[in-house]
Amino acid sequence: MSDGAQKTTPLYDEHMRRGAKMVPFGGWLMPVQYTSIVEEHRAVRKNIGMFDISHMGQLIVDGTGARDWLNTMLTNNIDKLDVGTGQYTFLLNDAGGIIDDLIAYRIGDEKFLLVVNASRTDEDFSWLDRHRANDVDLKNRSADYGGVAIQGPRVVDLFHAVLGERLDLPPRNHIVDLARNGKELLIARTGYTGEDGVEVFFWASEATWFWNLVLEKGKQFGIEPCGLGARDTLRLEMCYPLNGSDLSPERNPIEAGLGFFVDLTKPNFTGREVLLKTKENGPAEKLVAFRMQGKGPPPRPHYSIFDNGERVGEVTSGTVSPSLNYGIGMAYVSASHAKIGSNIEIEIRGQKFPATIEKKPLYKRS
Amino acid sequence: MNVPDDLLYTETHEWVKREGDNVRVGITDHAQSELTDVVYVELPKMDRQANAREAIAVVESVKAASDIYAPVKGKVVEVNKALEANPGLINRDPFGEGWIFVLQIDDAGDLKQLRDAAAYKKQIS
Repeated sequence: MSDGAQKTTPLYDEHMRRGAKMVPFGGWLMPVQYTSIVEEHRAVRKNIGMFDISHMGQLIVDGTGARDWLNTMLTNNIDKLDVGTGQYTFLLNDAGGIIDDLIAYRIGDEKFLLVVNASRTDEDFSWLDRHRANDVDLKNRSADYGGVAIQGPRVVDLFHAVLGERLDLPPRNHIVDLARNGKELLIARTGYTGEDGVEVFFWASEATWFWNLVLEKGKQFGIEPCGLGARDTLRLEMCYPLNGSDLSPERNPIEAGLGFFVDLTKPNFTGREVLLKTKENGPAEKLVAFRMQGKGPPPRPHYSIFDNGERVGEVTSGTVSPSLNYGIGMAYVSASHAKIGSNIEIEIRGQKFPATIEKKPLYKRS
Repeated sequence: MNVPDDLLYTETHEWVKREGDNVRVGITDHAQSELTDVVYVELPKMDRQANAREAIAVVESVKAASDIYAPVKGKVVEVNKALEANPGLINRDPFGEGWIFVLQIDDAGDLKQLRDAAAYKKQIS
């Protein structure tokens, strides 16, 4: 696809003005970095960083049957959500394969906000619409909203500077609407970096105002605008999966080690039978985290993994960790070779390099 | 973007500096800025023969691995070992300490295939 076919977010002009390097991602033209992936990564771990996440999709599910119906569509238990809270969950196909991973927020008694991956928004919508119950209203509001993720240990200080001292951020996984002039300003205490942080959604027309306000007020806290490059290295240090790399319709949440977000005690949801079977028999392959040992090239997606000369798996995500300064990644390996502490080898351009399977997350805040 | 006038260039963003029968090769300021944050360099083997446009080294950034090509036919006679410990030299000083290898060229006439600074500037503009 050429750049011309890519959609742009309401913050596109701001990215260009700041000299961001733009790349196509999930049908969108997005900033991959402004100055340096490593510097932006470090800003988030040490101070604070802001990412444009306007490309992410927002679906609104509303109606008397919304809760019960969503519970049959998604893996986590939506009955556990009080108004103003959210949960990580999966949308599965009939074979238990992952269509998307998302966060479902309950934003009213009978109203839910689903924040989904950019590249899957249309597919999620048409899947849900096809399976929709009569007493449920479903809308794709993605084009109406812009959004940013503001992440880093100084996020609370920053928000007091932006919104005043009397306003507290919502607790982890909670969402509040600080509507301004009748326009929604949704603040969720969530993120994809492993640091404290928020994801904020607002009307697309408010995007430039909010972005520049936060950057201005954030200066004193060392804020940096951050691109998808740092977003990827940050999430990989935490072993958060990336849809399309670590998750796909050919993989289910049990294989991905994300059974915590699947409630198999629910009587009925799409993919349940397959997941029960996977759980009972144990998955044939598991998504593991690994680190490289000694000097060598960084691991990359699709590199083969060997154990004693036998090919036992394939890398799905890899990079050099800016926090740890060694190669890290995730890979699907056959279950019998997935033990934490196991020595493996990664084949890179015909040569094998040593690595070990590690406990998740790979990075722990000191 | 810095494009020194006294160097030759390839379409694949290597710079080439004539040193008698040899050429010193690295990647341009433009290339390092596109790659950003070089974290690993795989150097070519000493004494190996290389054809023009043959991939003989790899520069890896946080995001991706990129092949580095021999600009002309020749033999590798020197490699920049400093890059093994300090790959970031490519970002900091692409035309100086960030050089990658030296080729002993077969035929100095081959250098005519390369582009001058003006042509390279046009390519990246």
